[in-house]
Amino acid sequence: MLKKRIIPCLDVDNGRVVKGVNFIDLVDAGDPVEQAIIYNAEGADELCFLDITASSDNRDTLLEVVKKTAENCFIPLTVGGGVRNLDDISRLLHFGADKVSINTAAVDNIDLVAEAANKYGSSTIVIAVDAKETSANQWKVFTHGGRKETNIDVVTYCNEVAKLGAGEILLTSMDRDGTKSGFDNKLLKTVTSKVNVPVIASGGVGNLSHLLDGILEGEASALLAASIFHFGEYSIGEVKRYLADNNIPVRI
Amino acid sequence: MNLAIINFGSGNLHSVHKAFESVSSDLSNPYNIVVTNDPKEIQSADKIVLPGVGAFGDCKNAILNIEGLHASLQVSVLKNKVPFMGICVGMQLLADISYEFGTHSGFGWIPGEVRRITSPKEYKIPHMGWNEITFSDHKLFDNCEQGSDFYFVHSFYFQNQKSEHSIATTEYPDQITAAVCKENICGTQFHPEKSHINGRKIIHNFLEWKP
Repeated sequence: MLKKRIIPCLDVDNGRVVKGVNFIDLVDAGDPVEQAIIYNAEGADELCFLDITASSDNRDTLLEVVKKTAENCFIPLTVGGGVRNLDDISRLLHFGADKVSINTAAVDNIDLVAEAANKYGSSTIVIAVDAKETSANQWKVFTHGGRKETNIDVVTYCNEVAKLGAGEILLTSMDRDGTKSGFDNKLLKTVTSKVNVPVIASGGVGNLSHLLDGILEGEASALLAASIFHFGEYSIGEVKRYLADNNIPVRI
Repeated sequence: MNLAIINFGSGNLHSVHKAFESVSSDLSNPYNIVVTNDPKEIQSADKIVLPGVGAFGDCKNAILNIEGLHASLQVSVLKNKVPFMGICVGMQLLADISYEFGTHSGFGWIPGEVRRITSPKEYKIPHMGWNEITFSDHKLFDNCEQGSDFYFVHSFYFQNQKSEHSIATTEYPDQITAAVCKENICGTQFHPEKSHINGRKIIHNFLEWKP
């Protein structure tokens, strides 16, 4: 049976982890490569780096991080943040990313999704969607890290990118992100019931039952979380044992 | 011993290279691993790996567009019986024909067809993530446990004409070929380079394989 995936996400700024874990055995808590190695050893199903480096001049710092991670972690690695065009994708893949997530650039230029999927394969292209509930049961796509509202309906957009070749959708609820109040399972269920590619749930995880709800209520294929892992509240192993105890198929 | 990883521009080339290098470095006699599309280097290799992600037709055309590549693979693999491993689309290319975005002929090294996965609506396509496999007795699965998980990502699958060429299967929800073998030619639908410890076992076994 296909397992539900647990994906820890690391925010990387200028090649350093933002909000790093305080593992005692870490030589350098701000080194994303070291953290990735720990998550890998703990049983993470995939890894995700989100580059939040403001200046594009400093983006190359991430490439070194990607390269070193790929040399040490033999599980899928998704990298996103500031991906604008085919060259950006090509560079990240060359340095060892397995998948590249595209957010604002896909909204600005929907053709990029098809071009990227045709060139690198659907399995390589993740479309990151930042969604916000603008009226009851109605979610709009936001861009630029959630700062800019568009008039695009989330479900319509997800279906469109899936049709154009996106291999999966990373769906973040802007309403829940950072709140630790659980995924927006209504949003998730709305998208997962209407879109035929895997959906990764993101935004709002605060405890173990939130993760379970994302699968049972939101019907997500994978769960992405940042802070619960970063601050050492839960280990990947604990999360998986909890889900397994609740009859969710996970890789242990 | 030389191992050639065929470079035709596939996206997972780097991951495959790093994984084989890492596993090989643990051997008492590590391989000299080259990433190449040079027919001469390919014909002097003792083992050949063909990675592949993307669409079947694009991969096939990319291979045909490199002068001498297809011919040198045929000489090494079919005539000289050099052990060969295809990964994902690299495995699907072994089939006679694929129906992904049109109709494309494959290498025709292992009889069968590549078809789109048909599954009920709740099974998302691509089949993406960790899924368990059941395997038959084969060197490739030495030290592996039945039911262990491997990382898959694909929307099309290899339908073998002869059941003896399927050496491992997974379920989504119907049975899907997870690995194939015919004489010196093997292939995996899953990505050993992305399958953590289980994947390393497969790579190790391929490096030690003497068909």
